[in-house]
Amino acid sequence: MGVIKSIEELEKIRDQARELINLRKDNENKTRIVVGMGTCGISAGAREVLMAILDEIKKRNLTDVVVTETGCIGMCRFEPLVDVIKPNQPKVTYVNVNPEKARQIVARHVVNNQVIDEWVIPNI
Amino acid sequence: MEFYRAHVLVCRGTGCTASGSESVMEAFEKEIEKRGLSKEVKVLLTGCLGLCELGPNIIIYPEGTYYCKVKAEDVPEIVEEHLVKGRIVERLLYKERTAEERMRALTDINFYKRQKRIALRNCGLINPEVIEEYIANDGYMALAKVLTEMTPQQVIDEVTKSGLRGRGGGGFPTGKKWQFAKDAPGDVKYVVCNGDEGDPGAFMDRSILEGDPHTVLEAMAIAGYAIGAREGYIYVRAEYPLAVKRLEIAIEQARERGLLGKNILGTGFDFDIFLRLGSGAFVCGEETALLASIEGRRGEPRPRPPFPAIEGLWGKPTLINNVETFANIPPIILNGAEWFASIGTERSKGTKVFAIGGKINNTGLVEIPMGMTLREVIYDIGGGIPNGKKFKAVQTGGPSGGCIPAELLDMPIEYDTLTQAGSMMGSGGMIVMDEDTCMVDIAKFFLTFTQDESCGKCPPCRIGTKRMLEILERITNGEGREGDIELLETLAKNIKASALCGLGQTAPNPVLSTLRYFRHEYEAHIKEKKCPAGACRALITYEIIAEKCKGCGLCAKVCPVGAISGERRQPHVIDKEKCIKCNSCIERCPFGAIVKK
Repeated sequence: MGVIKSIEELEKIRDQARELINLRKDNENKTRIVVGMGTCGISAGAREVLMAILDEIKKRNLTDVVVTETGCIGMCRFEPLVDVIKPNQPKVTYVNVNPEKARQIVARHVVNNQVIDEWVIPNI
Repeated sequence: MEFYRAHVLVCRGTGCTASGSESVMEAFEKEIEKRGLSKEVKVLLTGCLGLCELGPNIIIYPEGTYYCKVKAEDVPEIVEEHLVKGRIVERLLYKERTAEERMRALTDINFYKRQKRIALRNCGLINPEVIEEYIANDGYMALAKVLTEMTPQQVIDEVTKSGLRGRGGGGFPTGKKWQFAKDAPGDVKYVVCNGDEGDPGAFMDRSILEGDPHTVLEAMAIAGYAIGAREGYIYVRAEYPLAVKRLEIAIEQARERGLLGKNILGTGFDFDIFLRLGSGAFVCGEETALLASIEGRRGEPRPRPPFPAIEGLWGKPTLINNVETFANIPPIILNGAEWFASIGTERSKGTKVFAIGGKINNTGLVEIPMGMTLREVIYDIGGGIPNGKKFKAVQTGGPSGGCIPAELLDMPIEYDTLTQAGSMMGSGGMIVMDEDTCMVDIAKFFLTFTQDESCGKCPPCRIGTKRMLEILERITNGEGREGDIELLETLAKNIKASALCGLGQTAPNPVLSTLRYFRHEYEAHIKEKKCPAGACRALITYEIIAEKCKGCGLCAKVCPVGAISGERRQPHVIDKEKCIKCNSCIERCPFGAIVKK
């Protein structure tokens, strides 16, 4: 904490500080990543998946993403399940996600906008 | 910077803190630590969310889920269900009174939907004890803008064009006040923030100081630049310990970051702010008394002119605005005068914060655009009157204001309409009364307050309000005389015309407005020796209706003075000599067999 000596410095601090309150604003315009955290999800490793996603977001300094959890949706054999919902786009559900896949989902789908077809839920 | 997937905001305003939000916050911190979620979930305090009635209140982001009446015991469940498994804890959600469904987000509920938050923009959103959170929401950018892009005169012109009027009571145009202070000759000038909020039931300014202290500091610095002052004082009541603490933290942080002090943002502008605590005298909300109190003298008003803008603190030109007025300044500078002037009505611009209390479902703090009707505020936002009772009147403007009856519920809320109705905008207290409220008793209550708080300097206020109070006391005691109403009116007129300061000049208002709309109640007290609302003890008697009484004996058991007697399964009777009119029997009777007359 030092003295802010100029407007430019104040603007810089504001832009950094925005991350502090970013999560509380404009959430409807952000990409949502939803991790299935029912008992089935947790026992299949959803917690590790969640941690990998958070770590990847932090590393990449993404600010327009929110991560939430959800309960069991009935497809327990496909857990861990991860949904990616981009604003104004249909929901994409990934199945049998592990931490490595989770990182790739963040990199390829969330950041680069490419759906990873082979991991998407099969039409059963 | 750590990426937190969830923020748990615990309301730590005075209301929620009193209902136990501190232990809720501690429970969250402990539980989150215990479950190893400290790196994912952040717990922080925030300012008043408005629904104080339902505290402790919390909000969890990113979902924005609003939980009310949260107890420390609920915390493990919220952490397990919401924060780990992503399942909303339905039972703690807010339930709309009119519908069965439970509402998830604060922004969805009727109480919130109709509001427009400008002065309260940061309350409940940021952590008031962390300056970076204020900066993140464009805090201090308005100060930066005026220091680099605007001349002092341009700042004043912008405030004038916005149409902002004082939010503390008088409703004087803010821009004009700033202009007077700027034009006053002198090298040393002061900016003073009036935080001496004294109306019974009012807590608008307290909530702003607690929830967003930096906005007041920033606005005072802007005012300092505009009028040419280098020092500011905030006068706040010592009864607001939380507001004082948050202000102290805010001032210290602003100084550390060079946003107060010398050479602010490298522009060569110096400005610093100091706190002065008042001891809670109502009269110190009057500007000349407030200045005397800051100077260390007895808090008594003096005649004006000279106005403080010419001769204020230590005889120097001084600008005094209240907390809420200041809170509107940074958004006006950042968004422009046109934006602000587009909100509200022709003669009352912007929004107003109200503390709603009394006989209303949603007690709390609301900010509404000017021009909204009283009905919308009381029914749509306030949720109406509890227990199916009928609305009788709403009191605005505190002890200086008046009571507005049901016929005027569709009146838009504006400075001028309220004044025409015999009340005033005041600082924003709004007390709702139902059919059980006696209007003579209410007038007596407010007059007791002003009489208590009268500083005693001028005779009209010191002696005049005392005489008025004595008359009201005898009326409510059933000893009212023919001619009392006229006597009250004469006294009121003379006090209004001759009292020294605003406190005395407005003290008769509660009496005058109730006389205007509820004269028949005064007459019933005096001529028939009856209190129509059944509130004045001296004028009511309790009776048991023999046909309805089953002789269960519950009333006799609950009566503290043994005034009720009767055989079992036979109608009971009340001994009126012994009865102390405590109302216990009515509350206990399962058959509605006891009545007040």
